[in-house]
Amino acid sequence: MTFDLFVLPFFLGLLFLLAVLFIKYSRWIAMMSGPDRVKAGMALFSVGMLKTMWEVFLESLLHRKMFKRNPLLGYMHMSFALGWFLLIVMGNLESRVYSGGHINPPYYPIFLKFFIHDKRVLPFEIFTLPGFFRFTMDLILLFVLSGLVLAIFKRTRSRWFGMKRATKHNKLDKWAITSLWLIFPMRLLAESFTAGLYKGGGFITNSLGSIFDAVLPLQYLAYPAWWAYSTMLGVFFVTLPWSRFMHIPTEVMLIYLRNAGIKQGKYPGSFAELELRACPRCGVCIDVCQMNDAGLNGSTAVYFIRALRENRAEVQLNSNCMMCGRCLEACPVGIDTLGLRVGARSVDNIMVASDFSYLLPQPSVKRKADVVYFAGCMGHLTPGVKNAMQKIFKNAGVNYNFIDKDGSICCGRPLKLAGLKDAASKLTDENTLKILETRADLLVTSCPICYKIFSDDYKLKGMQVMHHSVYIDKLVTEGLLTLQPSALRAVYHDPCELGRGSGIYLEPRNVLKQIAEVAEVAEHGVNSLCCGGSIGELGMNSTQRNTIRDGALKMLCEPQPDVLVTACPLCKKTFDSGNQVAVKDIAEMVAESMTINRQPVNNKELVEA
Amino acid sequence: MPKHVIVIGAGPAGLETSANLAKLGIAVTLVEKEESTGGHVKQWHALFPALLPGTEALDAIRKGMPENVRVQNKTTVTGIEAVNNYFTVSGHNGWQEKADAIVFATGFQLFDARRKEEYGYGIYENVITSADLEEMFATGKSLVNRHGNKPERIGFVHCVGSRDEKVNNLHCSKVCCITAVKQAIEVKQMLPEAEVFCFYMDLRMFGRHYEELYKEAQEKYNIQFIRGRLSESAEDQDGNIVLKVEDTLLGKPLRIKAGLLVLMVGMEPLAGTKSLADKLGLTKVPDGFIQPADEVLQSNFTELPGVFVAGACSGPKSVSDTLADARSAALAVAGFLKL
Repeated sequence: MTFDLFVLPFFLGLLFLLAVLFIKYSRWIAMMSGPDRVKAGMALFSVGMLKTMWEVFLESLLHRKMFKRNPLLGYMHMSFALGWFLLIVMGNLESRVYSGGHINPPYYPIFLKFFIHDKRVLPFEIFTLPGFFRFTMDLILLFVLSGLVLAIFKRTRSRWFGMKRATKHNKLDKWAITSLWLIFPMRLLAESFTAGLYKGGGFITNSLGSIFDAVLPLQYLAYPAWWAYSTMLGVFFVTLPWSRFMHIPTEVMLIYLRNAGIKQGKYPGSFAELELRACPRCGVCIDVCQMNDAGLNGSTAVYFIRALRENRAEVQLNSNCMMCGRCLEACPVGIDTLGLRVGARSVDNIMVASDFSYLLPQPSVKRKADVVYFAGCMGHLTPGVKNAMQKIFKNAGVNYNFIDKDGSICCGRPLKLAGLKDAASKLTDENTLKILETRADLLVTSCPICYKIFSDDYKLKGMQVMHHSVYIDKLVTEGLLTLQPSALRAVYHDPCELGRGSGIYLEPRNVLKQIAEVAEVAEHGVNSLCCGGSIGELGMNSTQRNTIRDGALKMLCEPQPDVLVTACPLCKKTFDSGNQVAVKDIAEMVAESMTINRQPVNNKELVEA
Repeated sequence: MPKHVIVIGAGPAGLETSANLAKLGIAVTLVEKEESTGGHVKQWHALFPALLPGTEALDAIRKGMPENVRVQNKTTVTGIEAVNNYFTVSGHNGWQEKADAIVFATGFQLFDARRKEEYGYGIYENVITSADLEEMFATGKSLVNRHGNKPERIGFVHCVGSRDEKVNNLHCSKVCCITAVKQAIEVKQMLPEAEVFCFYMDLRMFGRHYEELYKEAQEKYNIQFIRGRLSESAEDQDGNIVLKVEDTLLGKPLRIKAGLLVLMVGMEPLAGTKSLADKLGLTKVPDGFIQPADEVLQSNFTELPGVFVAGACSGPKSVSDTLADARSAALAVAGFLKL
């Protein structure tokens, strides 16, 4: 017997799922640009494919990143993913062994225990493990069920899993998860009932079967249990493409395309569409989002992505994000949450006055110098920072050119983050010309916001770009600056754009350690908090921003520092307005504690009008 | 037993409240953290609108202070407690007294202009505050900038630390508009050749004769009023301040060089007021200024019986408003003590 009517819910559900996936994936492939399609095709036959498979194994099955966050959370996800995967693989092997090795219909391994009540001892089992498959399949099922128990616990005890808040799911997701959760207990029941009837099964199904047999009329219950099991599978498959569980097939695809070198590109686009569906709504991004502090919990990455996927994204939702990158850092799937946000904003069609007439009369700076210094708008709003940098240049005897001294053009990053790509490119083009005119080898900027866009988007032909913290570290290493230690106790705050945005954590600390005693706070480095001053946020009022700022300040002031040091003029300004602790930029700290060179090199800064 | 009231703070509000309470036969202890009484007015050269000298004003207020006012100077109030139907107030130096009622006359503190770093106070020598300018007037010497030069152009920036969400101050400090007009005129009187600019958001000339003074500033003294907030200032090689400002009426950005820049610093609630109010159990101190029981009908009462407010601790006030408020506070206290 290889067929029974009860397999139909599963089988039809599976066919439906495959058909939907086929249509969706074909559509995305059709949406891909030509070069991307070539890249994707080439990757299929490259060595990189092994790496992709390894990554899929680590992330989609083992859930390595989830483990790193919290072992219990990792185990829960792993037991479902790896457990189910192993059930399929082992089930297939088992079905082949017991059916004589020929190709079986897809439902056959799933419902094998219904079709075959074989208690044969297989040839290889005589010397090793008798009942190898029965034992193993029961063990794997137990593994999955242990995850299910944890998942139920997580509903009320999410803190055990390192999560203060869990995702609020919509109706469809609730249907999907209910069917998913019921699949495995149903399988246990169906297999146990059948095992009880036929005296078969492994160490769990057999024992449970005997117990059930003693108290229940199994001859009436076994068949409906198989129907229930199949139905749950069917419901799960039918809801999958529109629920969070679309991430299961999509994450694999995402890893593959990412490793093929395909980037998010323009929005809306196929890669972005894929990312939206690769979000499992695990909710890891919720706790890390500081917008919660301001009572804005509806725009967190998970909800933003869901709204975008369901075409419900609105200007307000897209606007409420500081673009600090904490969700990006936390996301176990590695979805480019910031890129999606910028993409969504780009179609919001925010009205801005695009009058760039003020760009024209910019003073030309043709004087050749070794270093170009760009303070940036925020550098100008914190004159303490730009003054400190000028003192440092002079003291180190650097021949520099302060190109935005008498008037600056914005670097373009605020417009870019607002999704106004064209407006941003007007500024970046103008600035590029101005910077290249100087024929310098190195561009130093005081603002991590400028630094980020200079490094990411500007095409500065061989000119190196450095944030001033890195530059100062270099000057100190080369012996051009000598620092004197002080008795100050300092906390260093990693600015979003410099730390998570650009990966610069060490250099500012290297410098600061030579000046002050540095105390690390709980949330530092990649986990650093946003100051709340973000230029990437477009919807908050000042009270909400202040709440976020004060939350960050509270954490930063825990070691009771004499001074809070940062490397971003915007962070400095924001924390300063909190009025809680002295706030200084790393450049100011350096300018105050450097040994003044007695024979300064004559390098009176030269700027041609 | 004679009634006893403790008044905290011996600026114009505290002095005037105490004098009026004493005239009504109430024993008063006036607690002052500094050595001498007078508060901020001590540092003020002349008061608008009629340029009444600050010292003259203070002398008039202090003159004839009744004997039943005892000044407890050099005492910072650190503790305050409501016990049954009286209050216990204690100072940092061990001083402690009981009272039947308490008047908060703690006043304000000037906004620390360094918190608007983009304006360059504390960074560029020729950026000063309105309080610094008043001190310079008091010396009686001719007006020079920190480089010893007579400034050819002087800028006044209104609303520094007031009506500015970025520094968490939403309130209007009320007195800075007219103070800027007053100071601009005084500068012009000292340096008739100099050009004087005032950069404002809008001008709030609500008081008697303020508008006249503003008109005079324009017509008689040729002071330029430009609607626009300063965005940032920088320093050139000669120590001049380069102002980046937008003229919002013309819709054009401006760059102006000035030899001296004056920041009209506003009033902020005194940091200590809130902590004292907290100790006493006053819950309505929304932004550091004490909220009266009713802003229209009971402006000197607080939510707690026996606790009163006088002067700028309940919100920015001019000297004349403060004195009127202080007299009204004295009557409110007397009424409470059923005299």
